[in-house]
Amino acid sequence: MHRLYMELIRMRFLTMLAYRVNYYSGIIIYAINIGAYYFLWGAIYGDQQQLGGLSVEQMTSYVAIAWMSRAFYFNNIDMEIAQDVREGKVAIEMIRPYNYLSVKTAQAFGEGIFRFLFFAGPGIFLISLIIPFHFPATATDWGLYLLSLLFAFLINTQINLLTGLFTFFLFRNDGMMRAKRVVVDLMSGLVLPISFFPGWAQTVMGFLPFQAVNYYPSLIFTGAITHGRAWELIGFQAIWMVVILVPILVLWRMARNRLVVQGG
Amino acid sequence: MIQVKHLQKEFRIHQARSGLGGAFRDLFSREYKTVKAVDDLSFTVEEGEMFALIGENGAGKSTTIKMLTGILTPSDGEIVINGYVPFKQREEYVRSIGVVFGQRSQLWWDLSPLESFRLLKSVYKVDEAEGEKWLTRLIEELEISSFVSQPVRKLSLGQRMRCEVAASLIHKPRLLFLDEPTVGLDVLVKQKIREFLRNLNETENMTILLTTHDVSDIEALCKRVLVMDKGKLIFDGLLSDLKEKWGNGTEVSFQMKKRTSADELRRALGDMPCKITQENEYTLSVQVQQSQEMLPFVLSTVMSSFEVSDVKMLETSTEDIVRNIYQADTEVRDHA
Repeated sequence: MHRLYMELIRMRFLTMLAYRVNYYSGIIIYAINIGAYYFLWGAIYGDQQQLGGLSVEQMTSYVAIAWMSRAFYFNNIDMEIAQDVREGKVAIEMIRPYNYLSVKTAQAFGEGIFRFLFFAGPGIFLISLIIPFHFPATATDWGLYLLSLLFAFLINTQINLLTGLFTFFLFRNDGMMRAKRVVVDLMSGLVLPISFFPGWAQTVMGFLPFQAVNYYPSLIFTGAITHGRAWELIGFQAIWMVVILVPILVLWRMARNRLVVQGG
Repeated sequence: MIQVKHLQKEFRIHQARSGLGGAFRDLFSREYKTVKAVDDLSFTVEEGEMFALIGENGAGKSTTIKMLTGILTPSDGEIVINGYVPFKQREEYVRSIGVVFGQRSQLWWDLSPLESFRLLKSVYKVDEAEGEKWLTRLIEELEISSFVSQPVRKLSLGQRMRCEVAASLIHKPRLLFLDEPTVGLDVLVKQKIREFLRNLNETENMTILLTTHDVSDIEALCKRVLVMDKGKLIFDGLLSDLKEKWGNGTEVSFQMKKRTSADELRRALGDMPCKITQENEYTLSVQVQQSQEMLPFVLSTVMSSFEVSDVKMLETSTEDIVRNIYQADTEVRDHA
C-alpha cells in the first residue's frame, strides 16, 4: 500500500511538471499577491510599531509565510471530485482496489510537495532578498512549523474532501466550493491575522477549524509565540483532524450507496 | 464463477415541473419517479466462458455491468463473483477483475501509457518480475510498443483503446469486463482487439464478458449471448439458437443458364413451404425457414431440374437478428 501512495505522489508531481505555463504563471501570481499585501500592510502600519501584537517585521514575515504555507496546503481536490462525479469518472476510480479518498489525498500531497519545492522555495528566497524577512532561528522552530504545516495540509484537504463529497448528493455544487474557498482564505488568517478580527468574531472562529489551516503554522513561523503555545496549537490541529474525519466517513458511506454514474 | 440472482436496480429520477412557477415549486418540494433499470435478472457463468450482453440503448446493459463490477449497489438481489459480493467487498473483489469502458479512459491523460501501467502495477501490487514479463507480452500482442511512451492525449482512439485493454489486464485478472470496447474504432483495430481477446481466452482461460452494439464483435468472439430489453433478460443461450429463434432462415440464390420464371421453379419444388423471389430473368432466390431439413431438398431438386451456373447461400446475419428482436419487441409493445 505504501508503494502505491508513493507512486501516486510521484505521478501527480510529474503531471504538475507537464504543464510549464501553469507553473510559471503560478509563481507570478504568488509574487504579486505577496507584494500587494506587503505594501498594503506597510501603509496600514504607518508610523506605528505594533498592531495586534505583531511588529511590522513580524507582519511582513507573516504575510509572506502565510502565502507560502498556502502554496503547500492549497489544492483543488474538491473540484476534482466534482468533476469525477459529473463526468462519471468515479466509475474508473471504483474499479480500482484502493480507497478513493485516500488516493485523492495522496495526489493532493504530491501537488503540495511540488508547489512547496518549486513555488514556495524559490519564492521565499526571492522575497527575502527584497523585503525584510526573518526566518525561524532554531531547528526546533523549523520542526514545529513544518509539523504544523503538515497538519494544516491535512485539515484543508479534509475540508476539500467534505465539500467535494457533497457533489455526490447535489451533482452541482460549484457555488458551495467557491464559497468555501473564500471562507477558508478569510477565516484561516491568510488575508488578515486572526488577532486582527473583532473579539466576537475571534470567539466564533475559535469553534471553527479554519484557523488551524493557516493562522497556526504562520504564527509559529513568525516566532511570535512560545514553544509551549506552539505545541498547544499543534494539539488543536490534531483534534480538528480527527473531528472532521467523522462526517467524511459518514458521507462517503452514504455516497457509495447512492452513487449514480452519469452518462451511460 | 458469476452467479446473479434476481438482480434489481431502481433509480429515483427527479421530475422537473414545467414553467417558471413549476421551477419555483421545485425549490421546495420535488417530485420523483422510480425507474427500474434492471428488473429481476438471473444468470450464471462458468469459468472460461466468453459471452456478450446485448440490447438497445437504455436496456440496462451498462447498469448491469456497473453492478457486476462493484461500482453500483443493487437495489435488490444477489451477486457472487469469484466468491466475492462485489459491492460489499469492493476493494478485494476488483483485484480479480479487469474492466474496459469504451467511453471512458482509465489512463492518465497527461502521462504516457507506460507511466500509467507502472502506476497500475503498484495499485494492484503486481509482482515485479512476473508483471514485467506479462506486460511485455501484452505490449507485443496488442502491438502498442511504438507509441507506448507518448502522452495519452496524443494518441489516436485506436491506439488509446489498445492501451486501455492492456491497462485493464496489468494484474492478470481472471475475469474481464468490456463495456462497448469497439465503439468508434476502425475495422483493423477492431480485428486486432478481437484476435487478442480470443487468444487470451484460449491461452489463459480468462472469462470475458462484453456488451456491445457491434454485432460483428459477437460473431467473432462469443458463443453465448444474453439479450436484455427494458431491464429484463429476454434471451440467454447460444448464438446459433438465437439465430434459429429470431433469424429469417436461409436464402439460396440460383443463377440459371436459361431464362427461368418463378412459376417454373415453384412447379419443380411442389408445395414446399418456401418463398420464391425473381431477382432478374436468370436469377431466382428461394427462402427457407428450417434450413437443416429443407435445404438439401431444395438444392437437389433445383439442381436436377434446371441448369444452374452459380449458387449463393445467404445466411441471416446476426445484425438482421438483432434488428428482428428489437422490432418484434416494439410490435409487442404496440399491441399491448
